[in-house]
Amino acid sequence: MRHFSALQKKHNMKKIKGLSLQIIPFSEIRDLSITDRVKKLLNLVLGNKVVILQGRLRVEEEIRLIEDTMALVDHLKSFKGIELAVIEPDSRNQSIFYKMRKGIATTLMGHSNAITIIGPASIVKEIKRDPRKLEVLLG
Amino acid sequence: MGILKRWWGSFFGRKNNIKIGFYGPPNAGKTSLANIICEDWTGESFGSISEVPHETRHVEFKEKVEIKHKGKNLTLKIVDTPGIATKVDYEDFLKFGLDKTTAKKRAKEATQGIIESIKWLDDMDAVIVVLDATQNPYSQVNITIIGNLVARKIPVLIVANKIDLRRADSKKIESAFPDYEVVGISAKKRLNMDDFYEALFRLAKKA
Repeated sequence: MRHFSALQKKHNMKKIKGLSLQIIPFSEIRDLSITDRVKKLLNLVLGNKVVILQGRLRVEEEIRLIEDTMALVDHLKSFKGIELAVIEPDSRNQSIFYKMRKGIATTLMGHSNAITIIGPASIVKEIKRDPRKLEVLLG
Repeated sequence: MGILKRWWGSFFGRKNNIKIGFYGPPNAGKTSLANIICEDWTGESFGSISEVPHETRHVEFKEKVEIKHKGKNLTLKIVDTPGIATKVDYEDFLKFGLDKTTAKKRAKEATQGIIESIKWLDDMDAVIVVLDATQNPYSQVNITIIGNLVARKIPVLIVANKIDLRRADSKKIESAFPDYEVVGISAKKRLNMDDFYEALFRLAKKA
């Protein structure tokens, strides 16, 4: 059983290592319009990259990202969609509303302690479940 | 648009046909709940339900649903929307026994349905967000949906559905959204519908 779970873990890590990470500082998208921000992020994801954005998107940008993703799933045969995760330090026990308010406030100010991970669906889900995998890759 | 309509309504009396949208992730029970309301007050069903995700793939609505509850009256336009998700994979539908062609067609329609749902957000006077009480409420899709409603200043009621199931935890949904009214129901078994209708009247007042 232990062996199986170790193999499973190894397989998952391999799956993540098959992709490349792209770190985007918030300053790189700060001056872009909503259309250009979403376009830039989706272009990277379509290039099989997991995007790590310092900061977080505004809620209207998140919904636009979902909208544009669906248009792409409809048109691109191999693209199944994205997984979107916002990781905030020490926020596990905070309410969604608190995170949301904090998120809206910090994005209006143009910075946030949060990081947003956007990538091909299956991969980001794995990172969200165990953020240490990200540390392994970065470290 | 919604804000303007609410402002207009507050000056010139109550709106008669409040547009209430049912939003949420796929398979949370949006259509099941819309069906109950319509069956109770119009005698007709709303849409088909299924255990296969993305059964509702087009926005559907029912005009002038008159609800009479404990001496109060309310007329609604009920708008049932396809579940919002960040990914749609036709292979997920194969697990439910669908053939490849049907699954691919369903996936295509589901993606278009999600786009349609998002486009309708601006048109709502109030929204009922239906969540599956057996699932973790801390998902980015839930945060994105509620966040967009907050940004548009659209009144929200959260329904924690499927409370009849053993794994259901409506308290978790309450603690995730402490600033919103959360009503736990089972649309399938029609549990706690009295509380739901009470909450619906409170929501309509804010619209």
